[in-house]
Amino acid sequence: MRIPESWLRSMANPSQDTAALAHLLTMSGLEVESCEPVAPPFSGVIVGVVRTVDKHPNADKLALCTVDAGRAGEAPLAVVCGAPNVRAGMRVALAQVGARLPGEGGAQLEIRAAKVRGVESQGMLCSARELGLSDDHSGILDLPDDAPLGRDLRDALALEDQVFDIKLTPNRADCLSVLGVAREVAALTGVRLAAPRIETTAPRNDTRLPVRVLAPELCGRFSGRVIRDVNAQAATPEWMKQRLSRAGQRPISALVDISNYVMLELGRPSHIFDFDKVRGGALEVRWGKRGERVELLNGQTIEVDESVGVIADAAGVEALAGIMGGEATAVSDKTRNIYIEAAFWWPQAVAGRARRYNFTTDAAHRFERGVDYATTVEHIEHITRLVIEICGGEPGPIDDTVTRLPERRPVRMRVARAQKVIGVPITGDEMAGVFERLALPYEWEGEDFVVTPPSYRFDLEIEEDLIEEVARVHGFERIPAHPPRAPARMSALPETRRSLHAVRERLAAGDYNEVINFSFVEPAWEADFAGCTDPIRLLNPIASPQSVMRSSLIGSLVDNLRYNVARKVPRIRVFEVGRVFLRDAAATDGPLTVAGLRQPVRVGGAAFGPALDEQWGTATRSVDFYDVKADVEALFWPVAVRFEAAVHPALHPGRAARVLRDGRPTGWIGELHPQWQRKYELPGPAVLFELEAEALERVALPRAEVPSRFPAVIRDIAVLVDSGTTAQALLDAISAEQPGIVRHVGVFDLYQGSGLPSGRKSLAFRVVMQDTERTLTDAEADEARNAIVALLSRKFSATLRS
Amino acid sequence: MENVDGIVARALEAFSAAQDPAALENAKARYLGRGGELTSLLKSLGTLAPEARRSAGQAINEAKAQLEAALDARRGALADAKLASRLAEESLDVTLPGRGRGRGSLHPVIRSWARVESIFRSIGFDVADGPEIESDWYNFTALNQPENHPARSMHDTFYVELNDAQGTPLLLRTHTSPMQVRYARMHRPPIKVIAPGRTYRVDSDATHSPMFHQVEGLWIDEDISFADLKGVYTDFLRRFFETDELEVRFRPSFFPFTEPSAEIDMRFDSGPLEGRWLEISGSGQVHPSVIRNFGLDPERYIGFAFGSGLERLTMLRYGIDDLRLFFDGDLRFLRQFA
Repeated sequence: MRIPESWLRSMANPSQDTAALAHLLTMSGLEVESCEPVAPPFSGVIVGVVRTVDKHPNADKLALCTVDAGRAGEAPLAVVCGAPNVRAGMRVALAQVGARLPGEGGAQLEIRAAKVRGVESQGMLCSARELGLSDDHSGILDLPDDAPLGRDLRDALALEDQVFDIKLTPNRADCLSVLGVAREVAALTGVRLAAPRIETTAPRNDTRLPVRVLAPELCGRFSGRVIRDVNAQAATPEWMKQRLSRAGQRPISALVDISNYVMLELGRPSHIFDFDKVRGGALEVRWGKRGERVELLNGQTIEVDESVGVIADAAGVEALAGIMGGEATAVSDKTRNIYIEAAFWWPQAVAGRARRYNFTTDAAHRFERGVDYATTVEHIEHITRLVIEICGGEPGPIDDTVTRLPERRPVRMRVARAQKVIGVPITGDEMAGVFERLALPYEWEGEDFVVTPPSYRFDLEIEEDLIEEVARVHGFERIPAHPPRAPARMSALPETRRSLHAVRERLAAGDYNEVINFSFVEPAWEADFAGCTDPIRLLNPIASPQSVMRSSLIGSLVDNLRYNVARKVPRIRVFEVGRVFLRDAAATDGPLTVAGLRQPVRVGGAAFGPALDEQWGTATRSVDFYDVKADVEALFWPVAVRFEAAVHPALHPGRAARVLRDGRPTGWIGELHPQWQRKYELPGPAVLFELEAEALERVALPRAEVPSRFPAVIRDIAVLVDSGTTAQALLDAISAEQPGIVRHVGVFDLYQGSGLPSGRKSLAFRVVMQDTERTLTDAEADEARNAIVALLSRKFSATLRS
Repeated sequence: MENVDGIVARALEAFSAAQDPAALENAKARYLGRGGELTSLLKSLGTLAPEARRSAGQAINEAKAQLEAALDARRGALADAKLASRLAEESLDVTLPGRGRGRGSLHPVIRSWARVESIFRSIGFDVADGPEIESDWYNFTALNQPENHPARSMHDTFYVELNDAQGTPLLLRTHTSPMQVRYARMHRPPIKVIAPGRTYRVDSDATHSPMFHQVEGLWIDEDISFADLKGVYTDFLRRFFETDELEVRFRPSFFPFTEPSAEIDMRFDSGPLEGRWLEISGSGQVHPSVIRNFGLDPERYIGFAFGSGLERLTMLRYGIDDLRLFFDGDLRFLRQFA
């Protein structure tokens, strides 16, 4: 909200300068976001009057003027002017020789006597833009006829002024006016509040507009008055226009300006109807009916329903309650008789209604937050006086219909409680001082304050509301910052839990780069990479590529590859830790769960390009399944996970594996399916993995075994088996039946190709044997080896490779 | 005896001339071998008188010892020379890059996340995480957000097509504050927890991302005051930015879930942002209605909460001025945070 400093100081004028005042407001909760001067610095510009206008002898578009600078005994100045609106008798902004005007980028421009097309010009007549007052450059400034001749323009137009732009929090509806902010300034500084004096005007006729309030939960109070014979064409006075403009409100016409002015001044939104356009001679205030339509002042025609409050006449809806008037009964320059309305609309009856029609208004903004319900009649008096002053007219009596008003229940605040919450022993006397300065009526009851909130405060309902007022006015800056204190209890993460940060560190140590992708993705990614045709959809996505919640990290990771490939990054390894979102009808509401879905955290990665950065001494080759498998194994280490061939929609069917931990599926690894590689335009294969974070977080506590003191014996076994037999199957068979002295069996070689019978491959195992009690003999080792060979031969038709 | 001196001189010369161990052993044989000159001389002593034999024998033995010593020295010198030449041959270009794979990087926002965790853990805070698709109750109602509040509108909050048990649409949490409620309902005071995580709002432009990260903080006990909030958060910022030359101010504000509420601003006294107040966090004393929704008695338990933007902290920490860089997945940007 824009508040001109001069207007504010007309009601509360502390000794603080502009910057100190802005700081004071900010630190009391009325954040001054900016403080702009209404005019940039300039000097030497005075009010002049144009005496004569003649054609310039050498230029068609220029005029030769004589301008009186108001200095007795001096001849008028000759000034060349190119503005189309210059005329004799006009009061103008005259930049005299030596004047300094605002220039580009903060520089100043000095006005010198100069010849313009051969004619001497002793100054310059300025447009609003040339003085930095506005963007208007259509002509020179046309000052009012009563502008004091010869006076410095900055003085004549009161340009030594600033505008505070104040960002108000929604609880402080009482500050949505100059009066409201002034009240705050008075409370914070102790200066006297000079609120505008309200004068009543006795009725001079008995014209009334009967009003029936049919919905008390919508309208708690409705006050109004007819004024006959106004001059709607009267000009808005300059002082009012100036305040309106500085507050950001464009002057429109006297009646509209008066209504806006009082809203800015006192925080009272009002509406002025053209009395003669109201049909049926009466108004009713009620909820809308489905199908009713109204054309609003902003030109928009809307359809209302039962949830929107309206003011209606015999012809239908004429205004949206507390939001905006209608076109049909709007005042115009032909208006003669008016009806002024000031009402109390219940905040919850107005809240959100304007937004539903995609606009907002200053009135709705205020009513949604709460407008003083006690002063509708006074404010109509205030408007009346301004109307009569500016437009003339004969007022009728004020009608005031009260249906149901907010209660102001006294609120109790305990001194000790306030001290405990704030953390400082502010005394009861100081608290009393705060309430006095805020003009909050209170009583002491023992150690408690009982405060009755005024009708303009909608934010004082419980003890904490008052504690906040005390803390705020006492000053947050004066509350000390305590060093933290608490019982010194030790705490540590369980050793059997690996934090996700440690998991990330492992991945980064393994050359993966962490990315963060949006949780909402393209529906096609879900279908392609997760086989999910029914993802959880957003009801209001920003764009369709971000319209469904992902059930897999893979789509996002493939997109990361594409993005970097497009930027010529030759080798890409990325990982992400994030939640995925899965429908699950069996999921119930729990301490950390929401019924109907699961939201597990997953760890996903993708590798593309060379296995290693291209380097001397190592041949370049593409990353493959086994490179990434090693990364996954390292991630789980020391937990051993198993891999079994399985089919996944994102992955190459022959190069994909389900990852199992303790026999339970816990993720996937595999090469991106060639069809997706093609569709998503990746110039080479990519290997991906996606794992349940929960499985990575669990680790076992190490259990130590004493190493045997006796030497190990090693035997290698190379066997031929069918190509389709997996290494894991052989290892499992060995493990199930191996002799007791076998400590470890590992695959160390694979051979396929020439020299072998077709359909067969050679796998070589290294068998490590050891006894804890004695040295093994060769005979024992050979016996164990032979047992394993026999086992493989029996179960897999394995033959020893000669 | 001139003869002995001559042999020694020639032998020493021969030893020095030998350029490899074989030549040296040959030279040794010529003088000290079975048929060597000095050996022969020794054998010839028998022809001398006993007096002369004794003195000649002594001279020969001394000469022999001298030659043995010279021989060892020469052997050592040759071995040293050989090692030196091998070492010279084996020398590497140590400036060539190391082999193997490099190291990756951690996302800058996650770096901040981890640092925030460790700073708060150092004074005994727990760390919690929870659902991102959240119910209206946890995200709004439990936090004292009025029914008709604009934050609940589709203009501000993402909704999904699933409903909760009351038939209200589920939403993407707009802040990490629901974790206050979830955590507090799972634990007894004293409650000290931070909850970092992803959050979502319908907002997408140069300075807003529809997804971003917050860290929530909550400390509830019988006597945790606004002054404590000031102390904890000020200390946190000074540790996070690793400087005590950091001004922090608390300014009255409004949030439905806290009262009194404060916006926290900070100001560096040097660097590119010197002298500018920067909004860094919302905070306040937890509202009694929210304490009640924790399942606690607000008469007995009070405390503070705060919610800070992790992107904001990260941008200020590392001098990043474009929010979008965080979510582009551009390795050229991300690899700087190794």
